[in-house]
Amino acid sequence: MSSTNSQTNTAKEDNKEAPPKPAAEKPAPPKPEETLPAFEKELTDRIVNQFSGDAEVGYDKENRTRINVKKEKILDVAKFIKDQTPFDHAESVSGVDFPEDKEIEVVYHLGSYTDNRYSKQILALSTRAPREEIPNPGNDSTKLPSLRDVFYSVEFHERECFEMFGVYFDGHPDNRRLLLPEDWADIPPLRKDFRNKGR
Amino acid sequence: MTEQLPTDKTEQLPPGLQLEKVDDRIMTLNVGPQHPGSGHMRIIVKIDGDYIVDADPDPGYVHRGEEKMAEVRNYLLNIPHLERPVIHDSCNILYPYVLGVEDIVGIEVPERAKYVRVIAAELNRCVYIQYWLAIYGIFLGHSTMFMWPAGDRELLIDLLEKMTGARVTHSYFIPGGVRNDIPANFEDVCLRQVNYFEKRIKEYADIFYDNPILKARTEDTGVLSAQDAIRLGTTGSVLRASGIDYDVRVKEPYDVYEELDVHTNVLKDGDSYARSKIPWLDMLESCNIIRQALEKMPKSGSVRTKLKPNPKGVGNNEVYKRVESGRGSAGMHIISNGKPEPYRVKISPGSFRNLIALPYLLKGEKLGNMPAVYWSLNYWPVEADR
Repeated sequence: MSSTNSQTNTAKEDNKEAPPKPAAEKPAPPKPEETLPAFEKELTDRIVNQFSGDAEVGYDKENRTRINVKKEKILDVAKFIKDQTPFDHAESVSGVDFPEDKEIEVVYHLGSYTDNRYSKQILALSTRAPREEIPNPGNDSTKLPSLRDVFYSVEFHERECFEMFGVYFDGHPDNRRLLLPEDWADIPPLRKDFRNKGR
Repeated sequence: MTEQLPTDKTEQLPPGLQLEKVDDRIMTLNVGPQHPGSGHMRIIVKIDGDYIVDADPDPGYVHRGEEKMAEVRNYLLNIPHLERPVIHDSCNILYPYVLGVEDIVGIEVPERAKYVRVIAAELNRCVYIQYWLAIYGIFLGHSTMFMWPAGDRELLIDLLEKMTGARVTHSYFIPGGVRNDIPANFEDVCLRQVNYFEKRIKEYADIFYDNPILKARTEDTGVLSAQDAIRLGTTGSVLRASGIDYDVRVKEPYDVYEELDVHTNVLKDGDSYARSKIPWLDMLESCNIIRQALEKMPKSGSVRTKLKPNPKGVGNNEVYKRVESGRGSAGMHIISNGKPEPYRVKISPGSFRNLIALPYLLKGEKLGNMPAVYWSLNYWPVEADR
């Protein structure tokens, strides 16, 4: 009897506690999802609204945002970001080859040292350059404006991107090879049509 | 009386093979890549008398195409070769990759594994900094500072060997946790060794950091202001020596760093002395972190969530993860297209980001100060080349 009583008691308690529990727990998980991207959304909206039509939001995730820009406007968007937002340096510049789209994407990951609210944030600023079947680095249409005058820290990253993908950066003061040997005579090695030997 | 080459002849040469005009005042000096004082890289220095007027770093002698290799191997096979750029800090350079793949594959990590990872990462940070400190000591002509860190480093290598089975190239972190559990009596041994290690490295202050000869050589050489540190996008000890309070472990905590009390070491001077002192202070801080982690770690439980063989990307298709390595923020940009191999892996290590400061700092310095400035950047050539 006592056991059944205790069971019923616990069941009752569970029933009593059960309704508030999900109510107390449920708002908790969506909260970070709602509040956290709000900060990121406000940030990307501010940039995209300034350049409506030329820039679009790639994604708004927790601490990570992405903006895709047309290559004609990349310099203006970068200047706006540098002047109007706390982003002050580039963490990384990745080239990504898309042979199916006949385009090469360049993604600048920007971060902030000066503003504590933005210290978690990484803004990926991406743009695309046309890709030629037979590359001739520096002398074909695969060109982008350099962001070196806006973000000084991209200097070596852009040099690496030029030799690895053949994307020439107009306005870069020093478009020399960095990691590859001077006598490298093959296509830029990080393009998808460059095959590793033995594979 | 400089002999001019016919202009048409120089113009025919391909880029990179241009002949330089001879100057009777400025001399060009190639430091490296065979010179032991440069590591696996070349610094092309132009000197006027004893003063450096221009310095041009030429990395790439150990470029091994890690990013290209990562595109043809699946997520697990990438682990052993992605730690090769800096084997002395192999846990930390692998950390952002593993965190990123966990996001892409969509896998949770057990609580105990997170603590084990933090302990391994902090031990590895100390091992790396000891190695770097030994090199910094010997290139400033202080051979005791080569012997001591090289010897004390063995203490922690022994610990890591007990944990992972390998002395240097651990391949310990895998998506979903760590490869194997730590041995039964590890906590006690670790605590004892770390306490002794801390006592030992505190003695370095007497022989090295408070040494008037070292101070005379490194203070006020290669000064980097806070503004320039931000503008050049430097990271890690270079940034924190210039007075910027930024550590990824504190600003964007990963795994269990949020639950640990991590103190960021910041110095204001921005000279070679401050840059060389920050890693040493970091080692003392690492000892604190290891003690906290040993205390808070769950005493039992799983250390690994099993992955399916040949996992494919199902979660996020693009991630950018970063951690604080021994040389500053190490970032990885991983793109997945739903196949077992990543579409693109971009490594952005601290060494590569700090390299841009080298020509900036060397201009106007005496040639004799070059090793003091160059090695104070905490630069690891193999990591920058990838």
